[in-house]
Amino acid sequence: MRRIISVLLENEPGALSRVVGLFSQRNYNIETLTVAPTEDETLSRLTVTTTGSDRVIEQITKQLNKLIEVVKLVDLTEGSHIERELMLIKLKASGSQRAEIKRTVDIFRGQIVDVTSTVYTVQLAGDSDKLDAFIQAVGTTGVLEVVRSGVSGIARGEKVLSI
Amino acid sequence: MELLSGADMLIRSLQDEGIEYIYGYPGGAALHIYDALFRQDKVKHILVRHEQAAVHMADGYARASGKPGTVLVTSGPGATNTITGIATAFMDSIPMVVLCGQVASTLIGEDAFQETDMIGVSRPVVKHNISVRHPSEIPEVIRKAYYIAATGRPGPVVVDIPKDMTTPNERYEYEYPKKVKLRSYNPAIRGHAGQIRKAAEMLLAAKRPIIYAGGGVVLGKASEQLTDLAHMLGHPVTNTLMGIGSFPASDKQSLGWLGMHGSYESNMAMHHSDLILAVGARFDDRVTNATEKFCPGARIIHIDIDPASISKTVEADVPIVGPVDSVLKELIALVKESKAKPDNDALKAWWKQIDEWRAFHGMRYEKSDTYIKPQEVIEALHRLTNGDAYVTTDVGQHQMFTAQYYKFNKPNRWINSGGLGTMGFGLPAAMGVKLSYPDDDVICVTGEGSIQMNIQELSTCKQYNLPVKVVNLNNQALGMVKQWQDMNYESRHSQSYMESLPDFIKLAEAYGHVGIRIDRKEDLEPKLKEAFAMKDKLVFIDIYVDPHEHVYPMQVARGSMKDMWLSKTERV
Ligand SMILES: Cc1cc2nc3c(=O)[nH]c(=O)nc-3n(C[C@H](O)[C@H](O)[C@H](O)COP(=O)(O)OP(=O)(O)OC[C@H]3O[C@@H](n4cnc5c(N)ncnc54)[C@H](O)[C@@H]3O)c2cc1C
Ligand SMILES: Cc1ncc(C[n+]2csc(CCOP(=O)(O)OP(=O)(O)O)c2C)c(N)n1
Ligand SMILES: [Mg+2]
Repeated sequence: MRRIISVLLENEPGALSRVVGLFSQRNYNIETLTVAPTEDETLSRLTVTTTGSDRVIEQITKQLNKLIEVVKLVDLTEGSHIERELMLIKLKASGSQRAEIKRTVDIFRGQIVDVTSTVYTVQLAGDSDKLDAFIQAVGTTGVLEVVRSGVSGIARGEKVLSI
Repeated sequence: MELLSGADMLIRSLQDEGIEYIYGYPGGAALHIYDALFRQDKVKHILVRHEQAAVHMADGYARASGKPGTVLVTSGPGATNTITGIATAFMDSIPMVVLCGQVASTLIGEDAFQETDMIGVSRPVVKHNISVRHPSEIPEVIRKAYYIAATGRPGPVVVDIPKDMTTPNERYEYEYPKKVKLRSYNPAIRGHAGQIRKAAEMLLAAKRPIIYAGGGVVLGKASEQLTDLAHMLGHPVTNTLMGIGSFPASDKQSLGWLGMHGSYESNMAMHHSDLILAVGARFDDRVTNATEKFCPGARIIHIDIDPASISKTVEADVPIVGPVDSVLKELIALVKESKAKPDNDALKAWWKQIDEWRAFHGMRYEKSDTYIKPQEVIEALHRLTNGDAYVTTDVGQHQMFTAQYYKFNKPNRWINSGGLGTMGFGLPAAMGVKLSYPDDDVICVTGEGSIQMNIQELSTCKQYNLPVKVVNLNNQALGMVKQWQDMNYESRHSQSYMESLPDFIKLAEAYGHVGIRIDRKEDLEPKLKEAFAMKDKLVFIDIYVDPHEHVYPMQVARGSMKDMWLSKTERV
């Protein structure tokens, strides 16, 4: 099953490599990984999406917790949560394609953020499925370049991940 | 406040930490530190002949004393030479601090002379590692390193020290911190009361119980509590290879150790049990055999300080995260005050069954008229030392025979590399023990293969007068490998045969020690006595043993715990 694990990490050099190293060393998957400092500059927040059986996921969270620099973590998929990923996508856009793409972008509530005579650059945010669906909708032949941020997530309601 | 250079602060921190010995080897990036070491006499340095041996020395000391060992090496090759030693300590959860020189911080990343990214290289085999970023941080970093190494589930900590952190003429205020606080590191200090209560009830209701005690009992200094609880309950006790000594082997409730080469009765009792109390043991694959066939009728209570050890390979029914000593104390109190009493009829029947297994196949081997059997050497060592010696081993058949036939009644005396299985561990580990326990018998049981992996340390033994007894069970082969080839590869002995062995007697003499060869049965006991009478000499005892011997019992691959070979021909 796919899981989203959110980690508060000491904002120190080497801390990230320990997390990434743990995943490869123990043969765990990383599907996406995002990391940036939080409002408290001594902490980074890292979000990793991974897949595995319940036992593997349990080991992942336990092993992550053992890293000295991991302060706290939560498996967001255990409760209701919001997940978002940002995509920038460059599409071939000339002639009649332009209106068609514009319409699709509107349907997906994206924005065209850069335009040339032959190319649109589109920005789109949403859960990963939505981004996949957009690429399907515009058809892969017109896609020149895709960059995705990886998933960020946060629990719904009162629940917060903080120290 | 005192002003000290980084190098002096480092040595002062070691003094304030109460470190008596460090083991190491100098080089460019560590020279400021070595100079600071020279200008004091509280911390004593032992110069090894290879950095790997320094780590095994620190490790042997830590296993015998329960306190963290300390290593000091230079950058690059000095640091990389420690890796096998660090990995050995990591796998067996041994506390130690490894101080590594590093090129100056201004040169890091430039492929400078003797630069290696030690933080990166060591990362998968340490509990933690820390790079010093400013000289003034040194006291705090050292305090933290020992704290992390020795608390919770112990393990090795590497401290990387760029050369410009120890520059002699830059001085800073020195104060050794009394406490460390790490918001992200809080090892459990007691178990969950409700879980412990549940465990006590299950223990009292069990009909075919077994206590499975591991290295965590030794590490957590809880042998006494374990023994008390076992006696109160009247349950049988088996140990892992790492847990040997945590319950007295001569106690009638002891079934010996379990697993791949464990005793018949312990493996049978595990398989047929209805309740397993796992204490500081991690359900290693050398123990469980095929996990899907593991102990089908047993419920499992698992006490471990590391939550990641619980339900990792085998699912626990009652997990208890906490230190063994405090959890066992609470269990003892609950069992004492409980109105429920152990089911004596059921236990009687269970012990009757266990005694039948013991009678069917206790630990035994076939004697020979021609050959000295490796097992009888170990029995003789046990007699000669009253079962009271510190015994280290290398890795192979000799290791298994020692564990099987030297009956340890106390913890911390059986010292071997279990998790990594590092050949070359035995001699330096014995040296680390002897240095701190000069009045005790310290024996290294080894093989002609393993001893050659760190034989250069005979030179260190001479320099520091470390009269350990090296017992070389010479079967002229990489015996353990050969056994597997006999059993699984139709005796094709691919590269397991040791040709052109050195003359170990001359070799020992060349290093300034005494060498004794034993190749006749009748010489075994008298010559061993002769060797052990030389209290202040390192004696290298080269014993020619039966080259065809196999280690039994041996679990059948991919079977359950009860599927074993008992000899070359008997399989159950
Ligand atoms: C050739 C060879 C053959 C081997 N054959 C066997 C065999 O037949 N049988 C066998 O048993 N082993 C065998 N081994 C050893 C095996 O590889 C493992 O090292 C061993 O089984 C692990 O022992 P353990 O489960 O006690 O765990 P250890 O590695 O000793 O781990 C200790 C556990 O206790 C926990 N712990 C530590 N401190 C505390 C504390 N204070 N409180 C609570 N918990 C704590 C730790 O978190 C850890 O989970 C063999 C090794 C070799 C080299
Ligand atoms: C460093 C290292 N390399 C290889 C092995 C694999 N190995 C395990 S036992 C063994 C043979 C050991 O031979 P010896 O020391 O003579 O002991 P014996 O089995 O003959 O008693 C080998 C090669 C190991 N455990 N460690
Ligand atoms: Mg051999």
